[in-house]
Amino acid sequence: MDDQAALRTTPLHALHISLGAKMVPFAGYDMPVQYPLGVMKEHLHTRAEAGLFDVSHMGQVIVKAKSGEYADAALALEKLVPVDILGLKEGRQRYGFFTDANGGILDDLMITNRGDHLLVVVNAACKDQDVAHMKANLADCDVTLLEDRALIALQGPRAQAVLAELWAGVSGMKFMDVREVPLHDVPCIISRSGYSGEDGFEISVPEAHAVEVAKALLEHPDCEAIGLGARDSLRLEAGLCLYGNDIDTTTSPIEASLEWALQKARKAGGDREGGFPGAERILGELANGTTRRRVGLKPEGKAPVRSHAKLYADAEGKTELGEVTSGTFGPSVEGPVAMGYLPVSHTDAGTQVYAEVRGKYLPMTVTALPFITPTYKR
Amino acid sequence: MLKFTAEHEWLKLEGDVATVGITQHAADQLGDLVFVELPEVGAELTKDGNAATVESVKAASDVYSPLDGEVTEVNQAIVDDPSLVNSDPQGAAWFFKLKLKNVSDVEGLMDEAAYKDLIG
Repeated sequence: MDDQAALRTTPLHALHISLGAKMVPFAGYDMPVQYPLGVMKEHLHTRAEAGLFDVSHMGQVIVKAKSGEYADAALALEKLVPVDILGLKEGRQRYGFFTDANGGILDDLMITNRGDHLLVVVNAACKDQDVAHMKANLADCDVTLLEDRALIALQGPRAQAVLAELWAGVSGMKFMDVREVPLHDVPCIISRSGYSGEDGFEISVPEAHAVEVAKALLEHPDCEAIGLGARDSLRLEAGLCLYGNDIDTTTSPIEASLEWALQKARKAGGDREGGFPGAERILGELANGTTRRRVGLKPEGKAPVRSHAKLYADAEGKTELGEVTSGTFGPSVEGPVAMGYLPVSHTDAGTQVYAEVRGKYLPMTVTALPFITPTYKR
Repeated sequence: MLKFTAEHEWLKLEGDVATVGITQHAADQLGDLVFVELPEVGAELTKDGNAATVESVKAASDVYSPLDGEVTEVNQAIVDDPSLVNSDPQGAAWFFKLKLKNVSDVEGLMDEAAYKDLIG
């Protein structure tokens, strides 16, 4: 019971309980893993209509230069993150990651240009470490973890229609746009992004008004509350990495097939080439390749192949190749889906490998990611 | 005669053959099942040993053999459609039939009242 007592709660905790959620500990928080609808229907509902997710456990951090200039904050954060932050336009968001001196990934994050400062969203399990990392390395910036804001994700093809009930202007936003807008007179920061492979939004709400905004969205007949269980199967079908599973300090961004996140300005020959931790390795891998890569894996049978299942070149388990990093049943794919790392000799789509599951060697096929067709509104 | 185990299996005895499945409580706890693996017909199972595997979207779980015996029949219907286990766990979604080594061992299992007390 001590563990229970030590768990933190989000501003929507009582709402989850009232909706009949099954709660589980996640990254130090008591979070809804599923509601009475169940993981399967919650997943399918999000792909067909709209799902509301409480992601308030994630860290929302403001990075503001002491000079008050956006460029100074952007250039400071570029020392820790290998993406083009200076070139990010006001009201736009971009994916990135903190790298370490060995070129490994410390955490992945979303970065927004908010005019005179940056808004950074980081993973719950890493947020204290990320804030300490930024405070230690961004001497000319104020780094502030926002403890008084909830974060609500609204995902799915009907997300725009649901949000339009509260703000008609939502249809003017494109994928990765960020706007500050009052919802029910509550000042919210809305980004058109998410973690499901569907069109959708993440809405930062002052905690005192979080329940009111969540309830207003859930009032729409197309919107259901969705738990962490479906969040995981949705992101995996969408080919999106989970920090701690698919990426960590032992994986470089290039091994993780995340090179698309590095813009020209930070690569060899760019205006601000390198200048981030692990640049030598990461730029070297961009030029010369890596020995292994993250790929999509489709089990041929019906059995899910879970994280840490060993991968082999042969059906006898003689030549070990790598490991599955995420694996589950994909309700939209109607079959098991997985991701893992393989030597580059085995990463072409269509290559067959074998996963060890309960003493058997199950065939899997290397498959292009994502497993579903994303519906981002570009 | 319906009997139960602390591992949330049920067992229905007819002669010396027991039909085995998982309880409604277990099915509710597991959530939507997406995969079922059953033992082979002819397999010799031992009490509390692994008998079957069920997987939800979230995780894999073992199903144990309630007693010693030999598998005489398995229910292919739940392999073809694992969601049957969620909809009718104590009826159509039985797992396997077990020819018991010692029929009298059944007496050591819980009756329905005792099982209900266990799950509260």
